Amino acid sequence: MASPSMRWIDDGCNVDGGNPGLTREKLFVLVVADDALVRKVHEKLVSKLKVAKQVQTQTAANRKEALDLHLSGSSFDIILMDMQMPIMDGPEATKELRAMGVESMIVGVTSVDATADKEAIVEAGLDECLAKPLTAEKIKYLVETLERNK
Amino acid sequence: MDVGLVQMQRRLADYANALFKEGILDSQYLQLQELQDESNPDFVVEVVSLFFTDSEKLLNDLSRDLAQPNVDFKRVDAHVHQLKGSSSSIGAERVKNACIVFRNFCQEKNIPGCLRCLQQIKQEFLLVKSKLETLFKLEQQVVAAGGSIPTVQQPSL
Repeated sequence: MASPSMRWIDDGCNVDGGNPGLTREKLFVLVVADDALVRKVHEKLVSKLKVAKQVQTQTAANRKEALDLHLSGSSFDIILMDMQMPIMDGPEATKELRAMGVESMIVGVTSVDATADKEAIVEAGLDECLAKPLTAEKIKYLVETLERNK
Repeated sequence: MDVGLVQMQRRLADYANALFKEGILDSQYLQLQELQDESNPDFVVEVVSLFFTDSEKLLNDLSRDLAQPNVDFKRVDAHVHQLKGSSSSIGAERVKNACIVFRNFCQEKNIPGCLRCLQQIKQEFLLVKSKLETLFKLEQQVVAAGGSIPTVQQPSL
């Protein structure tokens, strides 16, 4: 789902209340972040959401781990890509995933004041961008977008 | 009715509410609490402990970085950016805000400003650490007495 237009979601401004009745069969989410705290919180946030009958999460601490997971055959519905990893790992990882043919929804997660990241984000091929902190509402919006674009 | 337990719960609720009122914690901390459940009853303590460990390392790194003869501001900024992210993730509002100010001085390559900010962040970090450790102790006392932890509502400002 490498959409050419990237949307910026901050503080829930573009997030509506969502469809409470929407339930997918399965949702696979990959959380890519070098910070263990961020991985733990984001993974828990996603796994607690009742947006699918079965929600599975996996984490990767850096670009290499994210790529290795895909090379080993794993695929995900949503990839939450932390843009604050060192050496611009986030955008680079996204480019490489797209080059591999990964069509998952790839969502950049960054700070709302990271305007410099926006250009890198668009160039890298992300589908959406979320401002930290991540919330249940923002993730539900992503799943709704996934459903609409099926 | 166990009057002692009720008083403990009241004390806990008042203490927690004060942390929000004083701007030490923000709503992100409540989001963390909502993630805690029976399958992971120590989730908040685990996450906050990670924050304490990571922050202490980052603050040491920053002290060392700013003491260098040629300060690498990109490196300093990266550390502050990371600290801002993790403090934001647990709702440590004052630490997060101090990081924002720090980053401005980094962009200006203003060493005295950065050093002042580092001191400020250290103070805010020690404060939130102390407050959260007290909060967890109060919660443990309530649970040990057979009570449940009252839900905190972020006070409207």
